[in-house]
Amino acid sequence: MKEKNDRGVFKWLLIGFCALFLLVMLILPLLYVVITSLRDGWNAFWVAVSDDYAVKAILLTLKTTVIAVVVNTIFGVFAAWLITKYTFKGKKLISTLIDLPLTISPIIAGLIYVLTFGRQSFLYDYLEQWGIEIIFAVPGIVLATIFVTFPFIAREIIPVLTATGNDEEEAAALMGAGGFRIFFEITFPHIKWALLYGIVLCTARAMGEFGAVSVLSGHLRGLTNTMPLYIELMYQAFDFTGAFAMSSILVIMAVVILILRNILEHRVNSSTGQK
Amino acid sequence: MKVRANSKKSVIPGFGLSFGIVTAILGLIVVLPLCSLVVYSAQLSFADFIETVTRPRVLASYGVSISTALIASIINAIVGLALAWVLVRYEFPGKRFMDGIIELPFALPTAVAGISLTHLTVSDGWIGSFFSKWGISIAYTRIGITVALVFIGIPFVVRSVQPVLEKVEEQYEEAASLMGASRIQIFFHVIFPEIRPALIAGFTMAFARSMGEYGSVVFIAGNTPYKTEIVPLMIMSKLQEYDYASATSIALVMLLLAFFILFVNAVIQSRTSRIISGVR
Repeated sequence: MKEKNDRGVFKWLLIGFCALFLLVMLILPLLYVVITSLRDGWNAFWVAVSDDYAVKAILLTLKTTVIAVVVNTIFGVFAAWLITKYTFKGKKLISTLIDLPLTISPIIAGLIYVLTFGRQSFLYDYLEQWGIEIIFAVPGIVLATIFVTFPFIAREIIPVLTATGNDEEEAAALMGAGGFRIFFEITFPHIKWALLYGIVLCTARAMGEFGAVSVLSGHLRGLTNTMPLYIELMYQAFDFTGAFAMSSILVIMAVVILILRNILEHRVNSSTGQK
Repeated sequence: MKVRANSKKSVIPGFGLSFGIVTAILGLIVVLPLCSLVVYSAQLSFADFIETVTRPRVLASYGVSISTALIASIINAIVGLALAWVLVRYEFPGKRFMDGIIELPFALPTAVAGISLTHLTVSDGWIGSFFSKWGISIAYTRIGITVALVFIGIPFVVRSVQPVLEKVEEQYEEAASLMGASRIQIFFHVIFPEIRPALIAGFTMAFARSMGEYGSVVFIAGNTPYKTEIVPLMIMSKLQEYDYASATSIALVMLLLAFFILFVNAVIQSRTSRIISGVR
């Protein structure tokens, strides 16, 4: 009997500790952003987020995110298909290279793009001739965002395709179906939830990327400032209402993404037959 | 050789197209920038490289980054294990919610987390004022950096340990318990060996991420030279001075460290996947 009581006490102590940790470390910072942004009332909040530069930052973030998600979706689907459907030399190298961006610090990601397209690069002369600006301009921001979110979609689809195997696709191919028909009619229904899940993760990271974008942006107000960079700018100018108002938009995005994540995770697990 | 490759060839069409698209995008986004890093690094003189990375201020930043990332990852390993345990073994109201918010640090942009944690922990902030009574300041110290790194690292440990803990069969614990083992003995001799690889994997992933983290740390760090300057910030400030040689040198040391951590992680991961798939 005593043993059982001990167990109960230990259980609730541990649950209490974990709940307190999550409350202080995760929920409080989240709530604090929302509370601070509304401290001066709705009006101040509205003025802060409808500022001309704020709107431009939001639009740039949306544009960057859409391009990054589209590129990574195309890449992720083809990469997952390539890695799971065929046997070829260099497969291991390709999957290592796909995962590589995850292990590189965002600042170093920014640095390698500066080295690639910056003034000291051999590519710089060609880019200059054609009048293409990459570093300290929007293309640099887009490239950096694609880089940091690069593995997200492929990594979600690969395990699903590995779990479902190739039998159905091979049967369809032997019966004479073309590649695209096989993909859309057989493969796609298996991976649709995993793909959507990957897109959600990719969107979250793309909208919030700070380090890599910060290196490549040049911080031109209204031109190359994304939402996170705008937050930094406001914060350093001691405009805390502005910084937290913009942050609260990203907080709402984070909450929506968490909810979607939880719904989708369940779907992905049931489509691969786990749990 | 050719015959063997042919016999393995998939009947599914579209290899050429997929291979072309994948290598083209991979080439532009990953391979080209990596090549320019290699080309640029090869042009650096070795003496300059050593001189740059052994400057006292740079060495201090390595110290700050490694020590705070290490402490934060140890805290994450302990708390993450407790969280995974609670989420797998116990039933209680609010469990689904608790499980659902673990990934918040992945979803919340790092800059937002950074300014929020900073404001909470400054000496007149909600949390900071509580600790300043005992003369502990959090924001603008290494403690603050550690707090930010705990924030971003927590999901790695929980999500690494949780699936493995789910696979640990309770019958071994029951057997040990029937043979008279205490609960502490059962934990350290029966359960812990099973989850250790996953715990180490989560720890190394959190550590690697913490070493490179920038967004959530710059605001809370205060960035005092020799005291609270992290390596990514050193690289950033060299870049802002257009001193690409120094930035690259400092980054190369970081990359080597990250690849070493990745290597250790890969070795452990293969052991973990054997446990998850049930093959021993």
